[in-house]
Amino acid sequence: MSANADSMVRVFERPRSLTDAQFSYCPGCHHGLVARIIAQTIDELGIQDRAVIVAPVGCAVSMYEWFRCDGIQAAHGRACAVATGIKRVRPNLIVFTYQGDGDLAAIGTAESIHAANRGENIAVIFINNQIYGMTGGQMAPTTLIGQWATSCPGGRNVQLAGYPIRFAEMIAQLDAPVYVTRQALYDQKRIMATSRAIKKAFQCQVEGKGYSLVEILTNCPTNWRMSPVESNSHLMNEVVKTFPLGDLVDRG
Amino acid sequence: MGKVLMTGNEAMAEAAICAGCRAYFGYPITPQNEILEYMAAHMSAVGGAFIQAESEVAAINMCYGASAAGVRTMTSSSGPGISLKMEGISYLAAADLPCVIVNVARGGPGLGNIAPSQGDYFQATKGGGHGDYRMIVVGPATIAEAIELVMLAFDLADKYRTPVMVLSDGMLGQMMEPVTLPEHVALASLPDKPWALTGAKGRGPNAVTSFAMDPADLSRINTEREGRYRQIEEKEVRYRETYASDSTIIIAAYGTVARIARTTVRIARSEGIKLGLLEPITLWPFPYGPLRELSRRVSTVLTVEMSAGQMVEDVRLAVADRAQTPFYGELGGLVPTPKDILREVKRYVS
Repeated sequence: MSANADSMVRVFERPRSLTDAQFSYCPGCHHGLVARIIAQTIDELGIQDRAVIVAPVGCAVSMYEWFRCDGIQAAHGRACAVATGIKRVRPNLIVFTYQGDGDLAAIGTAESIHAANRGENIAVIFINNQIYGMTGGQMAPTTLIGQWATSCPGGRNVQLAGYPIRFAEMIAQLDAPVYVTRQALYDQKRIMATSRAIKKAFQCQVEGKGYSLVEILTNCPTNWRMSPVESNSHLMNEVVKTFPLGDLVDRG
Repeated sequence: MGKVLMTGNEAMAEAAICAGCRAYFGYPITPQNEILEYMAAHMSAVGGAFIQAESEVAAINMCYGASAAGVRTMTSSSGPGISLKMEGISYLAAADLPCVIVNVARGGPGLGNIAPSQGDYFQATKGGGHGDYRMIVVGPATIAEAIELVMLAFDLADKYRTPVMVLSDGMLGQMMEPVTLPEHVALASLPDKPWALTGAKGRGPNAVTSFAMDPADLSRINTEREGRYRQIEEKEVRYRETYASDSTIIIAAYGTVARIARTTVRIARSEGIKLGLLEPITLWPFPYGPLRELSRRVSTVLTVEMSAGQMVEDVRLAVADRAQTPFYGELGGLVPTPKDILREVKRYVS
């Protein structure tokens, strides 16, 4: 039986919240997946006309150009402070930050912790790929012990550079956050779980519950010097040993 | 409303609320704490946002967010804290965001001390942050003038979409004077901000950014902004002249020192010395033109500052070799008296 094109049901399409602009990510990079999941979440919650993107410095610097939503570009590390300023004066907006590991857990540590501790009613999407991508593969606060990076050519040495920071666990120590979770994107099951987590974080904000952090373990095939497939295996087999997956706080 | 007795810090905070400021973010540092405390006590009553931030860096970036959302926004600090805000000020300027920053200046560099100083003039007027940008800087001499200039700062910030600094000092911030408070401006009367982040409803998305990867784009954006800076230089120069017409010697001073120098002028005039005073009110744009004109008619322009000599460089640019341009400065938080200044004046009176 041949399918009649007119009767075909569309089961998958580009989220309406995305513009036609092309992402600027490398092939195989997980960043694009996260952008798509966020756009789909915005569609599903019907908040395109209320959402405000706080874009970081780095590979996602111009991500506001990909969404049919208002957006702002924050200085490196300052996204949570910028989001705080927006949300406090326009509480009806749905404000989220999108930040890498250097942004959130190194240069922006203070802003990130204190926004969480004040229980700002925002969602923080934390892209943990264990490396500085845009600047060419330097060591991140989340770089694994022994992992090679351009600024730790012998591999991360804990005596010189300390240990990978488990940021979600730090935030989970605070009283204010309503939802703190760590997710990954290395297989279909994980992608679906990440989608549910991002939706839950946005839902918490829509309902006025407070601060959410979704940490997502992602890859960087370019700077890890791996194929996309190898990078997924590395996440699944190695990275999760340092950064265990799952919900840490769920008061939502 | 009758007169009320207030510190300069409290008066500047109240003036901001009168001007329609509905978001204040700050961090404690002496000698400006009363601004933070006043906002903590009064901002919620007018439905505004107040946060004691985790740092001056966070505070200026909260301003960046609130201003982008279209609300009149202020932060305040002093020396070391203003240095921390410089990153954010560069971003505000580059993203064309209005914001008022009050610097209640203290002794520096480094930790320095909490006494009044004018050592932050270079930082304020020559771009303390990175990149090609300018910031309107106003320097009040009295508390009444500080109220006026805070109100003006908000209007100029919105008009030109630029950060504006009110450069006061620990003397002005801490002293008390009877002042008349202005009426609150009606928020509905403030200019529309169609560029603000209010949600992309019934319009295309708005983006607030300082990023332009393509050099041609960044050049075009920066050139447009330079055009606004030229308009500011043309239209917004403010200054005050005293006895300018018959003086042979003129003091150039701003802020607290200008106020002290007014007394020097009175004493000098009573002694028959033809002394006048030029007080820049806007430090950027600096009143180069008026000072240039004045310098054709006097023999000496004596610059007096509570610094090692910062504004004097602008005075010398304006005066060139048309008059002699000596400098007298006090350092470390010391404040010159009217007689100290008169002593310097007499060195140049023949």
